[in-house]
Amino acid sequence: MKGGRPGRILAFTLLLLGGVVMVTPLLFMLATSLKTGDEVYALTFLPRAPTLENYVDILTRSPFGRWFAVSFTVSTVSTLSVLFFDSLVGYTLAKFRFRGRGVVFVLILSTLMIPTEMLVIPWYVMAKSMGWLDTLWGIMFPGLMSGFGVFLMRQFFLGVPDALLDAARIDGLGEFRIFWEVALPLVAPALSALAIFAFLGNWTAFLWPLIVTTSPGLYTVPVGLASLSGEFQTDWEMIMTGASIATIPTLLVFIVLQRNIIRGIMLTGLKG
Amino acid sequence: MASVALRGVRKDFGRTQVIKGVDLEIADREFVVFVGPSGCGKSTLLRLIAGLEDASAGEIEIGGRVVNTMAPKDRNIAMVFQNYALYPHMTVARNMGFGLRAARLPAAEIERRVRAAADMLGLADLLDRRPGALSGGQRQRVAMGRAIVRDPQVFLFDEPLSNLDAQLRTQVRTEIKKLHQQVRTTAIYVTHDQVEAMTLADRIVLLRDGRVEQVGTPTALFERPVNRFVAGFIGSPAMNFIPARLEGAEIVLPGMRLPCPALAHRGGDGAVTLGIRPEDIWAGEDSLRAPVACRFEAVAGVVEPMGSEALVMTQVGGVDVQVRLIGRAHPRAGERLRLAMDPAQIHVFDGASGVSLR
Repeated sequence: MKGGRPGRILAFTLLLLGGVVMVTPLLFMLATSLKTGDEVYALTFLPRAPTLENYVDILTRSPFGRWFAVSFTVSTVSTLSVLFFDSLVGYTLAKFRFRGRGVVFVLILSTLMIPTEMLVIPWYVMAKSMGWLDTLWGIMFPGLMSGFGVFLMRQFFLGVPDALLDAARIDGLGEFRIFWEVALPLVAPALSALAIFAFLGNWTAFLWPLIVTTSPGLYTVPVGLASLSGEFQTDWEMIMTGASIATIPTLLVFIVLQRNIIRGIMLTGLKG
Repeated sequence: MASVALRGVRKDFGRTQVIKGVDLEIADREFVVFVGPSGCGKSTLLRLIAGLEDASAGEIEIGGRVVNTMAPKDRNIAMVFQNYALYPHMTVARNMGFGLRAARLPAAEIERRVRAAADMLGLADLLDRRPGALSGGQRQRVAMGRAIVRDPQVFLFDEPLSNLDAQLRTQVRTEIKKLHQQVRTTAIYVTHDQVEAMTLADRIVLLRDGRVEQVGTPTALFERPVNRFVAGFIGSPAMNFIPARLEGAEIVLPGMRLPCPALAHRGGDGAVTLGIRPEDIWAGEDSLRAPVACRFEAVAGVVEPMGSEALVMTQVGGVDVQVRLIGRAHPRAGERLRLAMDPAQIHVFDGASGVSLR
């Protein structure tokens, strides 16, 4: 470890401060969800009389459960789709020689440079002409593949030795089984990292679900929570309650995959 | 059991010709080694036989069947790779049985074959380990086990020893030879190490720039190289080459005229290269066994004692010449040596083309 004792004290102090800055809003969100409506604007951190009433209210008196289900479905399906197709494309770009391979890769990379705000109009036009407006499929389709995922997976597959794939060819596996049984298990850390990026990205997506849906029954959690914020009055305690519940799946995904994710992020850092 | 035949095989990568027309017959049960400097196309040739690359032209035959359009799995071959190519996420047993599972053999049969191969290679205690927990030598044995369980018609080895340290290399080399004597399956072995080639091969195929320079037994290549390249590649330490002139039936070197009646029929004069192996130069008393014309004196330069022998660098007509002296006593640097070339072991190569003249 570099640096002496004072250096370490400074480093840990800065890290601690950073941690406090990151965690405080989350704790404030949780605290607010336990307050009554009257107490929300009182400048206290902890609720005077903690209550779970908001949780009962949001689950019984709003379509929150439905929004949660929509968000969960959209995020899960999109994540699985991204994992499958991005790794398939990344593998092909990394391990097969074919005419135009470089061009295809650059085209896919270039999609990373186009912001969502520029894409929503073409997406909308497409969704409208296909009859996908205000449907689950309409919310999902733009997130079923991502250029970033293709790039990430390609970089990882480049590190898989060709000799392993050749050995599998001689062992008699077809090309898809080589991908599935030999190459894919070797990039598990990258898959975990990609899974968390994809899940979080879809879980917190706001702009596109807001544009493509009109029926409250098809809102995702962020869109639904935003709808609780009215022109004259905002139920902050309700929004904070919903947001608190909404962090649970992301926490779960992170806890389950974290060992692989940290390895994955470290590896991508080294690779990039 | 199968013979292998290559007929006019060529391989181009884009505009680069890597294999420029190879014809070769490998007999059933034969152990053939492809050897050559890096970039000579030996690994590509092996991959063509394995079916991992498609030939641009020519025919590849295994066991009497033309296999050009067959997938690797249908060619009935097994291959051992340079970096072992074991699947890191599978145990040794799974690694070895993977190909059999892909071929949908019954589980009991897979188990039996894996166990038999593991016993043969001393891997029985390692079957539940992953490759990451094995030493280099053990990994290499697993890679061989994976090849054996398939019971193939032909074994292909792609520089299997290059990742092992010197001591282990010798040991595994012996194991490979023993294995071949046990199973007697046709084997094709690629290496850039001529010692491996000499020790393992029934026949050596020496390649350069995508062409076969010479095919023959190790002794044939050592004693009767067809050209200067083969002469320089086979043998360690390498053959000495001294520029010379052919005048009638004599080879003229600076300060020496060697009679060479075998070349008299060529007539005329010409530039040639004289080749003599370090161990075919006699020193001291031994040098008196050679005809007077073959004797010369030289000063010892760098001396490399190696226990039972010593390599001594001297100069003949300004050209470095290495001499291998058997025995524990060795000269000191600067000492004047009486030397002689063994007249029976002198090679003469055409000065321009390098083709052997005798």
